Amino acid sequence: MSANGHGGMKLTLDIWRQKNASDPGRFVRYQVAANEHMSFLEMLDVLNQDLITKGEEPLAFDSDCREGICGMCGFVINGSPHGPTHGATVCQLHMRFFKDGDSLTLEPWRAKAFPILKDLVVNRAALDRIIQAGGYISTRTGSAPEANSILVPKESSDIAMEAAACIGCGACVAACPNASAHLFTSAKITHLGVLPQGQPERYTRVLDMMNQTTAEGFGHCTLMGECEAVCPGHVSLEVIPRMNADFFKGSLKKRDPKAVAGGA
Amino acid sequence: MSVTTKDAVIASGPSRLSLFWMSTVGKKVLMALSGIILFAYVVAHMLGNMQLYLGIELINGYARLLHLNQGFLWSARIVLLVAVGVHAIAGIELWINKREARPIPYRSKENIQATTASRTMILTGVIIAAFIVYHVLDLTVGVAHAGPYVHLEAAGNLITGFSHPLPVVLYIVAMIALGFHLWHGVYSMFGSLGLSHPRYTVGVKRLAALAATLIALGNISFPVAVLTGLVHG
Ligand code: HEM
Ligand code: FES
Repeated sequence: MSANGHGGMKLTLDIWRQKNASDPGRFVRYQVAANEHMSFLEMLDVLNQDLITKGEEPLAFDSDCREGICGMCGFVINGSPHGPTHGATVCQLHMRFFKDGDSLTLEPWRAKAFPILKDLVVNRAALDRIIQAGGYISTRTGSAPEANSILVPKESSDIAMEAAACIGCGACVAACPNASAHLFTSAKITHLGVLPQGQPERYTRVLDMMNQTTAEGFGHCTLMGECEAVCPGHVSLEVIPRMNADFFKGSLKKRDPKAVAGGA
Repeated sequence: MSVTTKDAVIASGPSRLSLFWMSTVGKKVLMALSGIILFAYVVAHMLGNMQLYLGIELINGYARLLHLNQGFLWSARIVLLVAVGVHAIAGIELWINKREARPIPYRSKENIQATTASRTMILTGVIIAAFIVYHVLDLTVGVAHAGPYVHLEAAGNLITGFSHPLPVVLYIVAMIALGFHLWHGVYSMFGSLGLSHPRYTVGVKRLAALAATLIALGNISFPVAVLTGLVHG
């Protein structure tokens, strides 16, 4: 049993502190008292109370739902995105996975495409721009369609649902030794690309989204699988070869849209 | 032929091929395609050399046969040169790009499932590239050969060369590097080409490991055979 008999623990935290995008940033060491019933983010809330009481600048980190569904939270703990348990967001991480006396290093997602805004908060707008580059899908909006008007094979709907588990947190980029966003983009491409509703724009979408991914400055995929190992949505690496196949086919099929519209 | 507005519009902007090359995905597809050519060559080259075990005359005859038709010889050489060029340039560009993609490294970064082979592709690739240059100068051109070099005396050149320690060490190190490169490369190639299905992934990984091991061991057997006197002049 630990020091105070209530599962209390003292932790040493080396945390990346950076005032703003232009500050070079550095690690600062903090001591914090926590107990095993807290969530990791609650432990940081305690640290922030301490800092505020002392008149210091509290630590900035992202979170919103704290239920593992919104994709807002995330930073790297001892070299692991979302922490050592793998396969869940950091807001789902509990202090019972740590013990008294542990030393932890907290770093933001590190990628050129994710500029640091402050401390552990990075700007993930690059992922939004990749989604935007995908454009529209030709599906009827308005009243709900008749259930059986578009038949979806069971296997396709399973693959689409598994890919749609991506919450866009960016842990795949953080984990990838190449800072690649392939798991994210491929998940989005897969969940539309395997459904009948996603067919009309299937090949232009994969080209547009992947070219945006390259343009944002993410790295390439070497299929090492670090991304799938940390993905809180358990998105499988298999979405990437699927995207590669569509990209290859799309590149072969591609017609210049301007030429067609010109209609000479 | 008159130029229509449509042709003019199509002609403006980068071509499909250069767009493909500019994308990280397209580059990997080209690496995989050139990797197939190089892999097929490595296998054929090793099997050809296996004739060393069937008799010195046989392998020398094989060497002469390959040189009989200069058109065939040079076509093969050009295909290989283009393949290795595309492969190496793409690999190096992607590596430079990924270094820029994470300007500030992590203080510590855990590896969860990335293999050593997959994390050292650029290193093993550069070793292979250096070895290819040395290997051609050693056994094809002859200028880097240890001992007397006789044109088209394939077996004799192997035996004189591998009687010296330095060529043996360089050769074995390069083949270990090739083994690691193919261990991950052959698996990754399928994924880059989009040929992947969860049911076969484990099998493809095993196949890649097996092929890589056999190729490394098969090639390493040649200097060992010379050193142990199994093959002699
Ligand atoms: C006998 C010669 C070679 C063979 C058979 C070979 C084979 C392969 C294969 C099959 C791949 C996997 C491609 C993919 O993931 O789609 C690969 C990847 C790679 N090769 Fe080679 N290769 C050879 C030589 C080289 C050379 C000379 C270099 C030069 C620098 C090189 C650098 C790389 C790199 C960096 C990768 C990883 C690509 C990535 O995923 O980032 N290889 N190689
Ligand atoms: S805060 Fe919503 S997923 Fe963690």
